[in-house]
Amino acid sequence: MRRRRRHALPGFGLTLGLCLAYLALIVLIPLAALALKSATIGPAEFWKTVTAPRALASYRVTFGCSAIAGAINLVLGPLLAWVLVRYRFPGRKLIDALVDLPFALPTAVAGITLTALYASRGWLGRWIEAYGYKIAYTPAGITIALTFVSLPFLVRSVQPVLEQLEPDIEEAAATLGAGRLTTLWRVILPTLWPAILTGFALAFARAVGEYGSVIFIAGNMPMVSEIAPLLIVAKLDGFDYAGATAIAVVLLFASFVALFAINLLQLWTVKRRSAEAR
Amino acid sequence: MISVRKPSTAMRDPAWMRAILLSVALVFVGLFLVLPLIAVFSYAFEKGLDVYLASLVDADARAAIRLTLITAAISVPANTIFGIAAAWLITRFTFRGKNLLVSLIDLPFAVSPVIAGLIYVLLFGAQGWLGPWLAAHDIKIIFAVPGIVLATTFVTFPFVARELIPLMQAQGSEQEQAALTLGASGFSMFWRVTLPKIGWGLVYGVILCNARAIGEFGAVSVVSGHIRGQTNTMPLHVEILYNEYNRTAAFAVASLLALLALATLVVKQLVGLRMRRAAPEHDVAA
Repeated sequence: MRRRRRHALPGFGLTLGLCLAYLALIVLIPLAALALKSATIGPAEFWKTVTAPRALASYRVTFGCSAIAGAINLVLGPLLAWVLVRYRFPGRKLIDALVDLPFALPTAVAGITLTALYASRGWLGRWIEAYGYKIAYTPAGITIALTFVSLPFLVRSVQPVLEQLEPDIEEAAATLGAGRLTTLWRVILPTLWPAILTGFALAFARAVGEYGSVIFIAGNMPMVSEIAPLLIVAKLDGFDYAGATAIAVVLLFASFVALFAINLLQLWTVKRRSAEAR
Repeated sequence: MISVRKPSTAMRDPAWMRAILLSVALVFVGLFLVLPLIAVFSYAFEKGLDVYLASLVDADARAAIRLTLITAAISVPANTIFGIAAAWLITRFTFRGKNLLVSLIDLPFAVSPVIAGLIYVLLFGAQGWLGPWLAAHDIKIIFAVPGIVLATTFVTFPFVARELIPLMQAQGSEQEQAALTLGASGFSMFWRVTLPKIGWGLVYGVILCNARAIGEFGAVSVVSGHIRGQTNTMPLHVEILYNEYNRTAAFAVASLLALLALATLVVKQLVGLRMRRAAPEHDVAA
């Protein structure tokens, strides 16, 4: 802090004590229980559990569907953000507000609604099955649910960057004779990459852990359409606490890798900004 | 938002491009956001108003609504008090380990809801670390209301703190300093200066926290035990009804949750407007 002459603000001891105690009670001690449990499993048993065919299949479904959902949002999220920031059309504010619906709508509600829509007799499923495809109760359904829950992340990370974009670079590009597509692709898109990748990582991390919206539409067949969080629940229902813990450790590790990537991206952005400022 | 500027022709997309991008965006929004929203209400009312109302006044539904409200009434205030304290601590003092503390506050967002439930089962469940002790003292946490409250508190833990930290960082502490110089006590400084200043940001954080607390499914599902009329929250009740092929009743209860989500979005917009109006100097930064 720059200022020298300042009153010491009150409440350091009180807030520090309160925060640490509450954090320990609600978050740290329970997470420590997970770490302790996984430490009691033993490396051979742990490895056997997390590499069992059913577990491997569940990672494939979880990570595969999350990546596809992320990729769909990677394309459509920035597009939606662009339309919301740059175009003026009736209903724009309403759509802008609706983008947060997946954050606000309880996942179970999203789950049963998407299932009803995409099931054989649903409003959309009826159509799709007429063409011989099936979405509900297949990995495609899981992907749809994950696309829904992770939709806001890409839009909301790209939108503020677009709002702050300086008009002069676009004007300069146009003055230098670049077509609009070239400007978009070569001038604007590169400035968006850190925000796009951050949004993707957030969306992916959310999708990997998602449960409520998926289990209704997934069909939940082991080896085919069973997500990793559901495998944890299945093991818990069978009182296999050690097995549930082992799978949970793998999932947590994946989420932490995604978050670590976000931190690196933010460092990269800050560096880029300061390099531009120089 | 930056003040209105006339879009120069260099910043305008050609008409064909506008048409294509707008259509793609509208189809995407229509399929993924608008259609599900319409579907919830239309399935809820497909058998008429009487069936709809009957599904809501059903004894199990009422018990689920009550439990959900009780849970939110404990989790949300607890996380609000913590959020204010954490934001004050982080934005007003410099101390070692501050960055670590900020990361730890965000930690619950990185944890799958199912794992959030699992950690409490490992701690308090029959085979958990404290299970034998709890059983000896006849205290039930897992498959009972305390477990539901704990799991809900975990998943909604960061919401208020996360809204307040950037807001209080941007506001600075000049006014608090002035209040103290004028002889205000710590309490009256907080009550008369800090709280009014962070008002709308706090409302926003509380509303997001509340929406998640009421709608949480995965974490609560793991610790609840699904006892009808006793440990069933609204989202779990929706699941039970749906799995019993009682679709209309499931969507009736779901429509209440969807209404809450819509109300959350409306309040969010209103608060966003107020915050922008109250602090125009932050507009450029926002």
